[in-house]
Amino acid sequence: MSEVIIRPASPFQGLRTWWMMLKISLEERLVYRGDFALGTLMRFLPIVTQVFLWTAVFGATTKTDIAGYTRNDIVAYYLLTMLTRAFSSMPGLSTGIARSVRDGSVKKFLVQPVDYVSFLLAARVAHKLVYYAVAALPFAGVFVLCRSYFPPVPDAITIAAFVTSLVLSFLLGFFMEATLGMLGFWFMEVSSIVFGYMLVQYLLSGHMFPIDLLDGVPTGIAGVSLADVVHWLPFEYTAYFSSAVWLGKVHGDRLVWSLAIEAAWVVVMAVACRIAWWRGTRRYSAFGG
Amino acid sequence: MSRYFAIFLTFARACLVRDMTFRANFILECVTSLGWMSMNLAFYLLVFTFTSEIGKGTGWSKEPFFAFVATGLIINSIVQALFMPSAEELTEMVRTGGLDGVLVQPLDAQFLLSMHRVDFSALANGLVGVGLLAWAVPRLDHPPPPVAWLLYPLLIVCGVAILYGFVIMLAAATIHMGRNQSLYDFWFYLTNFSRYPAEIYSGPFGGPLRMLCTFVIPILLVVNVPARMVAQPFTGQAWGGVAAAVVAAIASLVVSRFVFQRALAKYRSASS
Repeated sequence: MSEVIIRPASPFQGLRTWWMMLKISLEERLVYRGDFALGTLMRFLPIVTQVFLWTAVFGATTKTDIAGYTRNDIVAYYLLTMLTRAFSSMPGLSTGIARSVRDGSVKKFLVQPVDYVSFLLAARVAHKLVYYAVAALPFAGVFVLCRSYFPPVPDAITIAAFVTSLVLSFLLGFFMEATLGMLGFWFMEVSSIVFGYMLVQYLLSGHMFPIDLLDGVPTGIAGVSLADVVHWLPFEYTAYFSSAVWLGKVHGDRLVWSLAIEAAWVVVMAVACRIAWWRGTRRYSAFGG
Repeated sequence: MSRYFAIFLTFARACLVRDMTFRANFILECVTSLGWMSMNLAFYLLVFTFTSEIGKGTGWSKEPFFAFVATGLIINSIVQALFMPSAEELTEMVRTGGLDGVLVQPLDAQFLLSMHRVDFSALANGLVGVGLLAWAVPRLDHPPPPVAWLLYPLLIVCGVAILYGFVIMLAAATIHMGRNQSLYDFWFYLTNFSRYPAEIYSGPFGGPLRMLCTFVIPILLVVNVPARMVAQPFTGQAWGGVAAAVVAAIASLVVSRFVFQRALAKYRSASS
């Protein structure tokens, strides 16, 4: 009779699994590199219309700034928002999770010693690495071409806060969308929910316009504007916040406080994602091979 | 031709039956689509709290601009309803070999691939566009003359034809690339240029861009020409726009047909 030997997992076992997942995902991304490169380069197109739109708006008004943003600030803001979205956007993540639940392919993660959420995170890191490799040159080119729109480079502390906010925005974007995808355990089709989320996200993240433009929009509560409410929600940390940090619109105590709110949202969404996975897999049943 | 029209009606009926089978999903799709449109309108309203017009002396103040937006909504909703759902499916058909089944059908492949699915929920935005137009036009300083109203539907058709040509060419790119998941994104980004009046593209970069998007890739003619017909005073210059839109529509259909046929000739099956 053969003897089954169960070896204790080495401390590097987890790292090796992660590295393998990252490698597989990188290779997968590079299979359709034409599609990937095209998708990456296209993201620069909307900024062109935004620049012309806001130039026309400033050309028709006597004001030199709108909600504290000059025309140059607005252009710089949209460019920085593109950079932030390169970290926080997770195309196809939630719909991919929901699809894997619906078609049953998620069941392999229930029997294999690979954590699904970690696998998704590794795949997303790989996606981003390939994206940055493809996009680094066009990004650098656009930023150099448009350097006149930007204020002087901020101090080291602001740069550190900017980088921290970008890393947190990646994690926040990932856990928000992953949690949304986990709703697939409860609903057969989540595409409409995802689209609804995208709408809210586009409006309240600052992707469409700087959140400061909502400063004068009343909420019905005395002394509280819509912008004040949005600051407490997670959305603006996936686009507006990092851009505003670089432009010096958020500083001092508010900067520290905002970073703390962003970190808190990352923790909340990571826990929500884990709970959704845990609860979802308990009610999930799959049949057949 | 009548045979193709009858087949298209059969496709449309089947899609409507499917949509009505999942009625809640259909309503939800309409609502989300309207939500997206409302958000854009809210953004424009916000912009008009800071300025009285888009571009100094361009004539695109609030009401004319909303007539422009309404025209864009109508044109885009027609394209989204009739052609985009089929084009989006093509990307997976090429990758999985499902295109083979279409190519052996005794029907024109371009017709089958671009018109077999109709998304009725996308028409919701078009209806709102009509409502928005009905709100904006009576508030204009210069009411459009009858000739403008006669030309307006023709120019809407031209706009749809130009966009259809782009959809077909993007679909052809899918066949070359093996997969083109960015098709919808590219469509969104390309049509982004048509969402604003051509006058905003001015200056050392804007001028050449405007020329490029008018004469080479005629995306600026799609909404600008019909919208100008009703939203701006009708002058003799308007006829130049009409001629340009008609020529661009015909050219777009012919060129896209040619490109699509060439792409199909290079198609190699992915199935076993």
